[in-house]
Amino acid sequence: MFKYLFAKEEDIPAGSAAVFFGFSSILWFIVGTGLGSFNAAKLAFPDFVTGIEMLSFGHMRQVHVLAVILGWISMAFAMAMMYITPALGNTKLWSEKLGVWNCLIWNIGLALGLTLLWFGITSGREYSDMIWPIDLALIFGILLPLAVNVWMTIKTRRTQGIYTTNWFFGAATFMVLIVFSVGNSPEFFQLTGLTEAYLTWWFAHNVLGLWITPVAAAISYYIVPKVTGNPLYSHRIGHLHFWSVVVFYSTPAAHHLMSAPLPEWLKSFASVEGVLILVPAIAFVSNLLLTMSGKWKMFVENVEIKFTITGVLMAIPLNMQGGFQQTRAINWYIHGTGWIVAHAHLALLGFSTFLEAAAVYYGLQTLLRRKLYSLALANFHFWMLLVGFTTYWVSMTIAGLIQGAGKIYEVPYIDVVIAEHPYMIARWVGGTMVFLGNCVWLYNMWMTLRAGTLIPAGRLPHELAYER
Amino acid sequence: MAFREYTIGVRMFGLAFGTSMFITLYMPASDIRNVSVTETGLERQLSFGRVGGFSYEDPLLQGKAKPATVDITEDPKTGAPIEPTRAYVYASGVPFPNGIRHPMILGKKPMELSLGQGKISMADEAQGAVFVVRTEDVGGETVGYIENATATRGWVPEAAMKVATQETTHYIGKGKIMFVREGCWWCHTLLPEQTQDWQYFGAPPMLGDFNGESPTAFGSDRKAPDLTHVGSRNSSKEWMIMHFFNPRLVQPHSIMPRYDYLWGENDAAGNPIDFDGWRAEYDKYVANERVYPPEVPVPAKDSEAHALIDFVLNLK
Ligand code: HEC
Ligand code: HEM
Repeated sequence: MFKYLFAKEEDIPAGSAAVFFGFSSILWFIVGTGLGSFNAAKLAFPDFVTGIEMLSFGHMRQVHVLAVILGWISMAFAMAMMYITPALGNTKLWSEKLGVWNCLIWNIGLALGLTLLWFGITSGREYSDMIWPIDLALIFGILLPLAVNVWMTIKTRRTQGIYTTNWFFGAATFMVLIVFSVGNSPEFFQLTGLTEAYLTWWFAHNVLGLWITPVAAAISYYIVPKVTGNPLYSHRIGHLHFWSVVVFYSTPAAHHLMSAPLPEWLKSFASVEGVLILVPAIAFVSNLLLTMSGKWKMFVENVEIKFTITGVLMAIPLNMQGGFQQTRAINWYIHGTGWIVAHAHLALLGFSTFLEAAAVYYGLQTLLRRKLYSLALANFHFWMLLVGFTTYWVSMTIAGLIQGAGKIYEVPYIDVVIAEHPYMIARWVGGTMVFLGNCVWLYNMWMTLRAGTLIPAGRLPHELAYER
Repeated sequence: MAFREYTIGVRMFGLAFGTSMFITLYMPASDIRNVSVTETGLERQLSFGRVGGFSYEDPLLQGKAKPATVDITEDPKTGAPIEPTRAYVYASGVPFPNGIRHPMILGKKPMELSLGQGKISMADEAQGAVFVVRTEDVGGETVGYIENATATRGWVPEAAMKVATQETTHYIGKGKIMFVREGCWWCHTLLPEQTQDWQYFGAPPMLGDFNGESPTAFGSDRKAPDLTHVGSRNSSKEWMIMHFFNPRLVQPHSIMPRYDYLWGENDAAGNPIDFDGWRAEYDKYVANERVYPPEVPVPAKDSEAHALIDFVLNLK
């Protein structure tokens, strides 16, 4: 990687940046889920590694969350953008060199930011925990170069139209810049009190709604047609999805603070807009499932489609939960319980992770021109993720319902803690499966790089999946 | 953007996104700005100081440059007895809370009173100042405001610290830093819910309870009791000391981590704390080889644990 930092643009092989991003993202995935599993162990067995400041739950939790969001998910996004955007524009990445630098600075900046968080140096706001110097580095050193690269690649495309995936990439990179800048403004400008609390959740909501969800969806708009060979079912529905994300997904931030003393109009407005999130959700899911028509056997046979469609299917319960759990009628019961933790993992570990994993699998094979080293290990990875996640989700949902009942019937709190204990253990077991699955994945991808069968020119990796 | 459709599309996008930002940023912010601070809100920010997270003064979150909260019954200037008063002592160089730096965020009436009879604009960070919270009847409504007692009564920080005893001096601002740094808010909330927490955790906060405070550290995943009013449920310092050193001493089923590392090296009497020895004895107690658990050391006055307990007991 380092030899390309100062090389001439022409000397850097196309796709280098994407490959670096791909492997970085897998590494961060392992780090992030390892931390998650460690935290889960602490919630199940509080005296597991105890009395050391740096290893206490309060110092580690936010490191897990931001490692998976900014390391795994966002780096996998960067990888996808760096190979999908040019492919769809029938061109090369605008600047491969910028991409390589981007990847290096991202890894360094994130490692630094997480280390500071780990020491407890925090702004004290969930999801925007990073202190403002790191926020600025993230905005100008990481997100802006990525955005410029994507925009310029779209601009220098050699096709007339722009495909759905690229609308999303172009718009999401713009929106995430705005979201980061505005969302961290309480710290730049010392906004306080409820304004700050509101902006904290404005950030948290919009990072999910205008970055993670649309980019993950955009990836599947590429993978499914590409791998199945079917054209996208409907570009009109794609339009509906895009515009309703911009309009509806950007507004319900206040639904995260339904029981806080915010102005009532704001909570009601957010709640109504929150239900309208079902519009983009249904548009997205139906569009992709219909694109699959006639090719459903690939759901079983092909790894990328298996991952992608599983992710898309998970978007159904995800959005049903998301749309309704934030209404006053339901929110009072499950607010602040493990139910929400289960929902957060359904979104990020279920829906989104499965889509990105497909993009990384597909991208690395295409860019390295090497067939996957072992299909069996890839299937093993899939099942570890799916079973591990499901265990996590079911156990935390039950724990959340217990907590909700404890909350409204005013049960002494310690009884709730005791009742949750078995589910905490189950969550830890499920999460650890995900972590172990990822270690296998890294091995598989590394061996693909080293020893995967070369793909002859003109063939696609998935066509060769079952050939020797 | 060779296509006309894309020119239109980009404009549409700007319009849609801009409208959404207007509704979700400008409208709420200007609405919340009109809220006047409550007395609770004044007490909170005066006892916490300017920032409860990362800041220039305290980049490593050690609780540096924070005010002390003292309960006094003697006038620091004249020595005459006065009504029990809670004063917030900002030694020279300690940054003032946001309500004093930007009185506008206090809301209209509290701002006018604080600037008028409160004389807060005369306070100078380089000199330090002592503040108290006062109330005034404005047209039948009780309005709280900040009084700069350094300007109005000549109370200087050093004198105020002298009339307070060790018992009546609380390091709440430093404790809040510990609360944020140690991530207590990943398990505990500081926000009783409006719908059902009244009986168990106490009254939910009011709109104006937070003007000037940063961060609010509400917390989002509740895995443990809400702490907003914990000081009125449980005011025992001894219980807190044992509970923070090892929660399982007082609550065998607790999943709360041990915070013994906040004790520092020496206890209140200045003797070094033998953590390994303590843990070994505690393990014996757990294994039923001892009848009583080992004695928990009392935290030193300048220890992080002491400040954290001050913070928790003052959540009322
Ligand atoms: C892993 C989650 C967790 C973390 C982190 C945590 N606590 Fe707790 N805490 C609990 C649980 C569970 C209880 C209830 C059982 C008990 O009394 O120990 C509790 C109880 C308490 C109580 C008693 C509440 C009451 O209603 O009497 C206080 C006070 C408290 N914690 C303060 C803190 C502070 C301060 C911190 C940060 C230094 C902290 N806790 C960190 C889980 C946690
Ligand atoms: C890509 C995978 C993952 C992503 C994106 C992810 C994301 C997140 C997010 C966003 C939160 C905050 C939830 C909230 O505030 O409601 C969180 C919390 C947490 N995650 Fe993960 N996670 C992932 C995998 C895992 C794994 C494998 C484990 C292992 C058990 C795990 C364990 C935890 C734990 C213990 C918490 C703290 C929950 C709490 O405070 O109650 N996560 N994670």
